[in-house]
Amino acid sequence: MGRRAPYWLALPGWLWLGIFLVVPIAAMASVSLTTGNLIEGFAQTLSVSNYSDAIAKYSTQLVRSLVYGGVATLLMLLLGYPVAYWIAFKGGSRKSMYLFLLLLPFFVSFVLRTISWGFLLADDGILFGTLKGWGVLPTDFHVLATTVAVIGGLVYNFLPFMILPIYVALERVDPRVIEAAYDLYASRFDAFRRVVLPLSLPGVFAGVLMTFVPATADPVNAAVLGGTGNTMIGNIIQTEYLVNSNYPTASALSFTLMAVLLIGIFIYARTLGTDNVLEAAAR
Amino acid sequence: MTEAIPAIELDGVVKEYLSHGETVQAVKGVSLAIGEGEFFSLLGPSGCGKTTTMRMIAGFEEPTKGVVKLLGQDVTDVPPNKRDINMVFQSYALFPHMNVWENVAFGLRRRKVAEAEIKQRVGEILEIVDLTGREKRRPREMSGGQQQRVALARALVNRPRALLLDEPLGALDLKLRQLMQIELKRIQREVGITFVYVTHDQNEALTMSDRIAVMNDGLVEQLAGPREIYERPATKFVAGFIGTSNLLSGTVDSINGSAAVVRLGAEDRILVAGPSAAGETVDLTVRPEKITISTEQPEGELSVVRGTVNEVVYLGTYNSYAVGLADGAEIMVFQQNANDSSVTAERGDTVWLSWQPQHSYAL
Repeated sequence: MGRRAPYWLALPGWLWLGIFLVVPIAAMASVSLTTGNLIEGFAQTLSVSNYSDAIAKYSTQLVRSLVYGGVATLLMLLLGYPVAYWIAFKGGSRKSMYLFLLLLPFFVSFVLRTISWGFLLADDGILFGTLKGWGVLPTDFHVLATTVAVIGGLVYNFLPFMILPIYVALERVDPRVIEAAYDLYASRFDAFRRVVLPLSLPGVFAGVLMTFVPATADPVNAAVLGGTGNTMIGNIIQTEYLVNSNYPTASALSFTLMAVLLIGIFIYARTLGTDNVLEAAAR
Repeated sequence: MTEAIPAIELDGVVKEYLSHGETVQAVKGVSLAIGEGEFFSLLGPSGCGKTTTMRMIAGFEEPTKGVVKLLGQDVTDVPPNKRDINMVFQSYALFPHMNVWENVAFGLRRRKVAEAEIKQRVGEILEIVDLTGREKRRPREMSGGQQQRVALARALVNRPRALLLDEPLGALDLKLRQLMQIELKRIQREVGITFVYVTHDQNEALTMSDRIAVMNDGLVEQLAGPREIYERPATKFVAGFIGTSNLLSGTVDSINGSAAVVRLGAEDRILVAGPSAAGETVDLTVRPEKITISTEQPEGELSVVRGTVNEVVYLGTYNSYAVGLADGAEIMVFQQNANDSSVTAERGDTVWLSWQPQHSYAL
């Protein structure tokens, strides 16, 4: 063992990645280039047209997913940053309780929570039914099966993943550094913009990654809260795999989504990367 | 400095905190005036209220009672970003995402100083703190001493009315600390700005300050120059906190002109400055280095006590003796190693300790 011990200790991790990431991805890549159907079987034909056909057919859903994911991420950032800020700087001795409250919804299954929202937002459910009964809302008012419901569901479900990394980053900001900004004539706004915000950017970066990727690929919210016009790419992939058994198309779509997300993240990291923003903030 | 308006003035300043439902007084009524261009130290053990006092001058804490004045103007309610005062923080608190140049320029930029002037002033101050050529470095790429100088430059570049320094050398090792003490003093002379220096290190305070306020338990125990603080501590606390002191207690036998004859134990009689009434019990103090140790009874107008050597310790530049008196008290004596390192007496020897009467006085 000796000096090589650390490498041996990392072996389970590498094995895990190999077996559960590399092998399935390779298998899926192979499937995405096959042709055929469930009854006659699939043959490896290296048919790249699977990709062009899938993209042509489902570009609407792909773009919609990116828009929903992007809008939801933006909303989560706008909602989550103040919450993280408040817990980090005003939480005092109750910080851990607030964090616990933030994580409390995770004790209930993701799907179950989304379905509960379905009940809550139902056209004649306890909320809208009552309000309609009182005449506060018009009888044709509805939220379920709209874009608002889907994006709202995404925001609700992934918000903690935005708040937590931002909280961690803010928590690490030395309060003396903020005091130093005030001492050097910075207004509250200046101290936030020039010092607190730049120092919390690594958290914002992590939060955006942790929410944008799963929100864009999520099939549950669109299925439960959306209508026919709100189908996202996750739903298509699910249907192609589980209902239509069209494995090549489903695999090709999965890869396309993965590629789009990776490219998006790469561009995001390069243009909005922490270093660039920090440079700008220093001026 | 007679009629000049003080740079900083505290008038009856009190700071109370609510801690676990109880009101705690961190500062219990401090009044002092710091002259312009003065190197002023707030010295005391941790928890004595020195940092809270400084933070009230900076504006980070609002006094519960009392008034803070800068150059005669009441600034008690003025927030820190509107006070013409800057601070060097204990841990430097440099902006980690900015390089040296941006850190130093921060204050000037907030004050909308013209870019050309910023360039000139930042360049100048970096030269004073000897950091020219390191403008592009990030704080984490620098040593503690360099970060310290960046913190100093970042504050001084704004040409504040006063500079507050909160234990600025605490994180440095001994060698560097001594070097920075001299450096700080040089910079202060060069820029001529009032320095308010918070420290628990008496050596640091004694070396650098024009005046020192020794604080204990939220109050100023003594406010005087370093020499007076050391030679004439006003209270038992100051005598014990600054340097090493022998605290003795005796009874006044008689008054002899300006001095009192004080009885220590059964047989020793010493002269003590500061008259008292006969029969009174007094606490008195004498510094270990003022005492001469000898194996024969000395002659002359001296205070003399007899004792037995309990311990001899060789400490390089001096020998230290612990001498037990007949009444059980123990006196520390420092003997300079001027010629050779041989000791005058060994453990168990009977010795006479003598000192000039003016070196012991009642507290």
